[in-house]
Amino acid sequence: MKKGTSNIDRSNTVITIRGLEKSFGDLDVLKNIDMDLYQGENLVVLGRSGTGKSVLIKIISGLLKPDKGQVIVLGKDVARLSTPELRELRQKIGFSFQHSALYDSMTVRENLEFPLVRNQRHLKRKQINQAIEEVLEAVGLSQAINQMPSELSGGQRKRIGIARTLIMKPEIMLYDEPTAGLDPITCTAINALINQVQQRYNTSSIIITHDLACAKATGDRIVMLLDGKFQREGTFEKVFDTSDDRIKPFYDYNFTE
Amino acid sequence: MDSDNTNSAPSGTRKTITTKRLDRLFIELYGVYAFTVRFFREAFLPPYEIKELLKQCYQVGYKSLPLISLTGFITGIVFTNQSRPSLADFGATSWLPALISIAIIRALAPLVTALIAAGKVGSNIGAELGSMKVSEQIDAMEVSGTNPFKFLVVSRVLATTFMIPVLTMYTAFVALLGAYLNVHQNELTSLATYIHDVFEAISFLDVFSTLIKSIVFGYTIGITSCYTGYNSSKGTEGVGKAANSAVVASMFLIFIEEILIVTVVNYLRFS
Repeated sequence: MKKGTSNIDRSNTVITIRGLEKSFGDLDVLKNIDMDLYQGENLVVLGRSGTGKSVLIKIISGLLKPDKGQVIVLGKDVARLSTPELRELRQKIGFSFQHSALYDSMTVRENLEFPLVRNQRHLKRKQINQAIEEVLEAVGLSQAINQMPSELSGGQRKRIGIARTLIMKPEIMLYDEPTAGLDPITCTAINALINQVQQRYNTSSIIITHDLACAKATGDRIVMLLDGKFQREGTFEKVFDTSDDRIKPFYDYNFTE
Repeated sequence: MDSDNTNSAPSGTRKTITTKRLDRLFIELYGVYAFTVRFFREAFLPPYEIKELLKQCYQVGYKSLPLISLTGFITGIVFTNQSRPSLADFGATSWLPALISIAIIRALAPLVTALIAAGKVGSNIGAELGSMKVSEQIDAMEVSGTNPFKFLVVSRVLATTFMIPVLTMYTAFVALLGAYLNVHQNELTSLATYIHDVFEAISFLDVFSTLIKSIVFGYTIGITSCYTGYNSSKGTEGVGKAANSAVVASMFLIFIEEILIVTVVNYLRFS
């Protein structure tokens, strides 16, 4: 199931982070983070709940401002962009939220066309319909087009959330806990979808998770976020080939009895 | 020495609590100021969310009609019933249409409409935006390259600002209708006489001030409810608080504005 690493272009960095720091009050969440994401790569950020994983991707997408450091996304320093420039950059970034964040008052169709009709006003109805059908087919939920989000299961909501980001044909995908709260079968399906999305749309992705099965299935590279810092980095096997008491329990809980 | 320590500790704590409360108050006031400034800036800059504005006008206006109709109608009947005995003491029941007209146009219609809208529309907006905030739907709009403030806040505030005056006029009409049925049944006043008396008692200033008042009330309901909803936090508890604050703050501000506007109008009327 794990994606191949052959399509990673290590000469092309899509996200570069240097010396990133972020605090909330007295709590230092991210401390001096350095990170690179390469074109076509799936990077998994692993860590316990509340360690700042989601904060990291919210800073990358410009939802939060860093206290210190540089975040360069597709060649642009996110913190220095004006609001229109940031809005333009965000069209190239897909953000899949932990709880899907589908718009409750809209049908699946309206959810999907929402970003499209606002950012590409020149599109005709036929082109919009075509784009909706294409992304629904990509996530395997063509039949849900007229349903309300409240009528969908957790896994279906995740898929529609991913479809809503894909409709803008993003270059970068940010997944916030894509398998949280789902059963193992649905988790496997979502992991497969993340890999399919990478291959079909040639995206680069950051996957925030504490689910090791997800990390193993989707990650080309894993980084471990502990105490606000990246502690270990490499392939899944390399990261967990350690006796570090802060890392080993992750593996033991997921893969040993 | 001990005694000094015992006395100074609570006083220090009190001071800290007071300082923190004052800090929070000033932060909140600055938040309201920044929110209002942003509304006026975004409202005049394209792109305009016309479709969403029309949808919200429908929600605020059309969906409020049944409640407004019932309340306005009952207000007209009850006010007539309550006023009749006082006028009857002086043998002046023929003044009922004029009294009713002045009371409804100047005060009751804008106030009743605004209070009902604060309860119905304000709580709805506060809860809806609060729920969107805690479920990250507003963040989702932001990262999809859409301006959520323009889509959610500007459209709703404009909708309440446009629709509350319309609803106020409608409330006045329904209340006057209710009052007419009452007056017609008890005093056998004809429709022509009633209409004549109603319009003779009110001036352009009455209608104009009511219109201005209802625009101010509409804007207040919209901006207050959107502010509480858009800035809600702490999960589902925050959603409940946002809906509650939207209603309470809107009603409080409506009464303050009523006093201020009436004072200004009376100054204009008698100067």
